Amino acid sequence: MSQESTGSRRTYFIVYAALVALTVVTVLVSYVNLGLMNVVVALAIASVKASLVALFFMHLKSEDRLVWGFALVPLAFLALIIGGTLLDTMLR
Amino acid sequence: MNGEPETGRGYLEERGWRSWAYTMDHKRIGVMYLCTTIAFFFIGGIFALLLRLELLSPQAKYFSDHAYNVFFTLHGAMMIFLFIIPAIPSGLGNFFIPMHIGARDVAFPRLNLASYWIFVAGFLVVIASLVSPMDTGWTFYTPYSAKTGAAVATLSFGIFLIGMSSILTGLNFIVTIHMMRAPGMTWHRMPLFLWGMYATSIIQVIATPVVGVTFLLLAMERIFGVAFFDPSKGGDPVLFQHFFWFYSHPVVYVMILPAMGIISEVIPVFSRKPIFGYKAIAYSSLAIAFLGFLVWGHHMFTSGMSPLANAFFSFLTFFVAVPTAVKVFNWIATLYKGSITFEAPMLYALTFIFLFAVGGLTGPFLGALATDVQLHDTYFVVAHFHYTMMGGTVMGFFAGLHYWFPKMTGKMLNEKVARIAWALVFLGFNVTFFTMFITGFEGMPRRYAEYLPRYHVENVISSIGSAILAVGILVMFWNFLQGIRKGPPAPGNPWRALTLEWQTSSPPITENFPEIPVVTDWPYGYGEPKGRTA
Repeated sequence: MSQESTGSRRTYFIVYAALVALTVVTVLVSYVNLGLMNVVVALAIASVKASLVALFFMHLKSEDRLVWGFALVPLAFLALIIGGTLLDTMLR
Repeated sequence: MNGEPETGRGYLEERGWRSWAYTMDHKRIGVMYLCTTIAFFFIGGIFALLLRLELLSPQAKYFSDHAYNVFFTLHGAMMIFLFIIPAIPSGLGNFFIPMHIGARDVAFPRLNLASYWIFVAGFLVVIASLVSPMDTGWTFYTPYSAKTGAAVATLSFGIFLIGMSSILTGLNFIVTIHMMRAPGMTWHRMPLFLWGMYATSIIQVIATPVVGVTFLLLAMERIFGVAFFDPSKGGDPVLFQHFFWFYSHPVVYVMILPAMGIISEVIPVFSRKPIFGYKAIAYSSLAIAFLGFLVWGHHMFTSGMSPLANAFFSFLTFFVAVPTAVKVFNWIATLYKGSITFEAPMLYALTFIFLFAVGGLTGPFLGALATDVQLHDTYFVVAHFHYTMMGGTVMGFFAGLHYWFPKMTGKMLNEKVARIAWALVFLGFNVTFFTMFITGFEGMPRRYAEYLPRYHVENVISSIGSAILAVGILVMFWNFLQGIRKGPPAPGNPWRALTLEWQTSSPPITENFPEIPVVTDWPYGYGEPKGRTA
């Protein structure tokens, strides 16, 4: 795969810096009591970090629709296991 | 594969253990999987016979209660994780997927070999766990599995490795089917076995990591005391069941979909008719794979799950019946007015339809909330499960073994002995498991070494049936061994089938085909002019 399709070295460093910054944010937020929202914020930051890794480090950004499909479909199943389990644990 | 083949040697010609241990030929890897999984089928079967021996008497007679618990755990764990999940996908799938699409190998041959050796590492760890054998049942439910002194972490690590092998195999097959199809092999010209295998592979890749993570959580609870499932420390034991069944329900379709694929191959060949409803059968595989992810909660109706979740999962469960029935009705429509012949593969395929229908139709009793409370954890569940998994998957596996035996070995089987074995298997299976519907309906709970005397007669009948079944299976495999040793040479296409694996020699050459075939037709055009698709 060419350098063009996978992004420049500068891009990788920017993404890396963003990942480190988001990790710092995760730690800082954990000291603030937001109740149930603590989990939501932590998961949201983690999702952004995972997206950055997938898009840039795993080159999803430059892949075709088929690979995008295989990357996104499992997220629906992840939502399913979380939703189905919450349907029980929140309403038991 | 690089370039065209230089030789046309049969894939079995190379000798020596290294030629097997280091092989990257999908056919040899398939054969290694088949031999390994069949060995565990026999070991798991011995545990089943020991259970049936104990159940000949209402009181524990031959083994301690603990030994009985270990036996049913090992029977379940070995049959599920070491036989029924890998046997068709990794064994027959490895052998026939590349041949069905007209390729020389899978997309990642080295990864394929790695997946086999990871599987071997997994079963060695499973065997190592026998120093303190598991007694939790194959479901590993917490809180007991978090507390028992048995080697839970070891066994679950072994299954973790086996799961990893399963993911790699699924990944390999998905890429192979997408990227390696021969010229002209469009999606709607693919044999239906491939559609079944494609749906199976997707489940393997998506669902298996969940059980891996679940076992890791269990290991962390046991080793480090992190209380994911311990209610006294804020954990939730029912959460384990959610995670476990999110994998283990879809995985029953990993077991059954490849078998359904085999049935879709065998029925038209031995009916000499085009398959009825090709697209309906193909897409119903994907529908089953999808719907299978929505219904895991129906294993947990009596676990204390929320009433809304109970109703939700019960409601969705009934949808699975639709694509399943689509397949069964299309197979029956294929049989209608066909020129049916009853060779052994066809006998097993018809047995599949009959037994799977019984298994399927007893499913709604367990999917409905009201009746499940009565039947949960009784022998009715054991009977239902065995009718679908053994009457379904294993009969499909037997159909595949008989159907493809000439291709894999280059030898023909003794048809008369094969039919005798089939008769014994059919009789033994029904005597064993149909009786369990009755004992279960009458309320006999599963997983106990002792039972009330009023269930005695039924249990004796079941045990006699299991002995008949065992004899039938021994005769079948004796026939296989005799066929390999003394069977007459098989022609390239003894069944006059149209799929690509039959258009090359028996056994196939290492490269599968002298030249990559060009596909111009669908593979079910029996009695039809050439050149149509589904």
